[in-house]
Amino acid sequence: MASYERRSFDVLVIGAGGAGLRACIEAAAAGVTVGLITKTLLGKAHTVMAEGGIAAALANVDERDSWKVHFADTMRGGQYLNNWRMAELHAQQSPDRVRELEAWGALMDRTDRGKILQRNFGGHAYPRLAHVGDRTGLELIRTLQDHGVHQGIEVFNEYTVTRLLKDGGRVSGCFAYDRNKGSFIVFEAKALILATGGVGRAYRITSNSWECTGDGHSLAYEAGADLIDMEFIQFHPTGMVWPPSAEGILVTEGVRGEGGVLRNSEGRRFMFDDIPPLYRDQTADTEEEGWRYVIGDRDARRPPELLTRDHVARCILREVREGRGSPHGGAFLDISWIREKIPSSEEHIRRKLPSMYHQFMQLANVDITKEPMEVGPTTHYVMGGVRVDADTQMSTVEGLFAAGEVAAGLHGANRLGGNSLSDLLVFGKLAGEHAADFAKRRGTVSLDEGEIDLAAREALAPLDRRGEGVGGEGPYQVQFALQDLLQEKVGIVRDAERVTAALHEIQGLKARASGVAVNGSREYNPGWHTALDLKHMLVIGEAAARAALTRTESRGAHTRDDHPGKDPEWGKKNVVVRRSSTGEMEVDTIPCPVIPEHLQQIIREQG
Amino acid sequence: MDKATFKIWRGHAGDGAFETFETDVWHGMVVLDAVRAIQAEQAPDLGVRWNCKAGKCGSCSAEVNGMPRLMCMTRVREMGMDKPITIEPLHTFPHVRDLVTDVSWNFDVKKRIKPFTPAPRDADGSWTMAQSDVVRPQEFRKCIECFLCQDVCHVLRDHRRYDDFVGPRYLVHLAQLEMHPLDTGDRLDELRTEHGVGYCNITKCCTKVCPEGITITDNAIIPLKERVVDRAYDPLRKLVQIVTKKPARS
Repeated sequence: MASYERRSFDVLVIGAGGAGLRACIEAAAAGVTVGLITKTLLGKAHTVMAEGGIAAALANVDERDSWKVHFADTMRGGQYLNNWRMAELHAQQSPDRVRELEAWGALMDRTDRGKILQRNFGGHAYPRLAHVGDRTGLELIRTLQDHGVHQGIEVFNEYTVTRLLKDGGRVSGCFAYDRNKGSFIVFEAKALILATGGVGRAYRITSNSWECTGDGHSLAYEAGADLIDMEFIQFHPTGMVWPPSAEGILVTEGVRGEGGVLRNSEGRRFMFDDIPPLYRDQTADTEEEGWRYVIGDRDARRPPELLTRDHVARCILREVREGRGSPHGGAFLDISWIREKIPSSEEHIRRKLPSMYHQFMQLANVDITKEPMEVGPTTHYVMGGVRVDADTQMSTVEGLFAAGEVAAGLHGANRLGGNSLSDLLVFGKLAGEHAADFAKRRGTVSLDEGEIDLAAREALAPLDRRGEGVGGEGPYQVQFALQDLLQEKVGIVRDAERVTAALHEIQGLKARASGVAVNGSREYNPGWHTALDLKHMLVIGEAAARAALTRTESRGAHTRDDHPGKDPEWGKKNVVVRRSSTGEMEVDTIPCPVIPEHLQQIIREQG
Repeated sequence: MDKATFKIWRGHAGDGAFETFETDVWHGMVVLDAVRAIQAEQAPDLGVRWNCKAGKCGSCSAEVNGMPRLMCMTRVREMGMDKPITIEPLHTFPHVRDLVTDVSWNFDVKKRIKPFTPAPRDADGSWTMAQSDVVRPQEFRKCIECFLCQDVCHVLRDHRRYDDFVGPRYLVHLAQLEMHPLDTGDRLDELRTEHGVGYCNITKCCTKVCPEGITITDNAIIPLKERVVDRAYDPLRKLVQIVTKKPARS
């Protein structure tokens, strides 16, 4: 039996991005012991890459904004598959969560009156995103980190959880390894919060960090929790497409918020060619009206570049497929054109979009103040995840909570830009609060030694196989094969034939993954870590594929070539994926929670 | 396809040697791409720390051809491909394995710094700050904690003053706090004593390696030094203190 260290906490948080840190701060404030496990170093989680801003109806720039408008925008963006209660809580509480960041030292850009400045973003009726240039995620994570380290939270840097442990039907801890030493550690916890972020690394082209391998989704699934909406994976319309080394790196929606326009190879602003009925009344008729909106004319309507991400991504794909793409298979995103409107446009662009300027200069030799960028869709965000109770963030398994990207419900079929950072803050706080409350009410926990032993053997398996000479395949090859497969067959546009083929191939990849052998020692061995991540990514791939096959319609981020229209019946259901008693993945549907009348009225009023 | 040769430091806890690898070079390739390609094809257990590969997280710090750099933002072609490109772990921190070092000292230092302490809120529950007042500390808040400045600083790298000098990263952090329009904390005494601002002799190496372009020495460290000098060594102030019989605060 493998040796391991043992630690115990009231509340244990897995993941140190915005949601995890915010949950820790709240739980610590409730007076319980808090442990924080992060796969990376503190302050480096994927939250750090968020660029555009935090959506909150502060109404600092346009006083017509309110939580009601934000709520209606979020529901419309999610095509009404959202959990209405989460959308309501989110819209109501995000302004306080943003102001609280200032109490902890955040320095966001200011209005002329010295209040938090807000910018335009896709799908938001008014300028709503609190921001710092285009590095808002860094500001958010650093603020929470710097405040958090003084709250008595114990941080486990570079530890990775491989399995959740249960005490009967309840989650009561987890099994993890220390990357640096390769040693094992078992955590006991009265309440456990998953804040592990997204799944982008299961795809070849992604804006996501190395660590976004869907660990939390898969850990929850293995522990018996329901996952919902796994067919909804957001492809951000503007990732870099050239050079190959930079493929997938995010180009913030803030570029379009600041007046950037999309053009095809013929120079046409193709976003004017297809405006969805749901947004027709809110979208500008002319280029001139669109520009007036950007500079703050309150009577003007949004330019079509600021339609929701799912739609913009599909439009770019259409241009490319029909032969009007840019040289490297994308579209042109141009902010430099604003020199026609603003005298000191170069300085303006560098001030508003400093990291974009730097990123394109450094990686692509493109000066965005002078020439257009080439952009195309990149795997960005998963709307699906752990099904949670809206008010407490507890999953369908007792003792297991989830917050942030790993949780589902707020965003429905498509997330609006800026709603992710506010999601982290609002639901990170609620998860921390309710997990602490749960932990206080729970008695002692006990762990099953057999389960621990199984987890240890499972973790060591890839290293144990190195001497056997079987398979001989490395973990990276299996990972690349899965990434290519999901990109091609469970990507932006799906159909039954390709998704079915993907499911078949995933079975083959599972077999390959179980034969992967890695060499080297247990100390900081990325080959070994990748071998262990494969299990998670395969669960994600299978869940996304099964859910995508089930939803026979096109809605939000889920586009089926063989079912191109929206089906009103599917507008009332969420797809659920769970592990059956025999260990197979089963798919089910549940009715969407019914929106109460007073909120339906808000939706109607906001048109 | 062009090829490049890399000499990568491999080993455990300080013991090790360069190992030579050759790999294809594709358009726009960065050093981190090369390391990952070598990992995937030739050395699966090659230890390297990286996250975002977009210059935003500050994880993949290393010494490339002897210069502290982010591997994800360093183009292979810029390094010159006529001779092998060397990649070594940061020298200033304890070695773990291959390109990975133990940077935990940095996190411990930050915990010792007096945290942000805000002034009271306005009546409406928020704060008012002019953009012109937030610009200065915003420059310091661009820091991605890659610790390249700590790596290059001779006070840490050569003189090993880990116990009495916080390094450029945390002087930037202190400057951010001291110049924050809302902060009411006072850290000047600690700056002079335990944080060791006097050890910096403004060689500006930190500014040169900062991937975020923060003007560390001129904008952060020198103003802090000036504030400390004003507090502790101003003769006029000293005289006033003697006359009024108020004890010097520092």
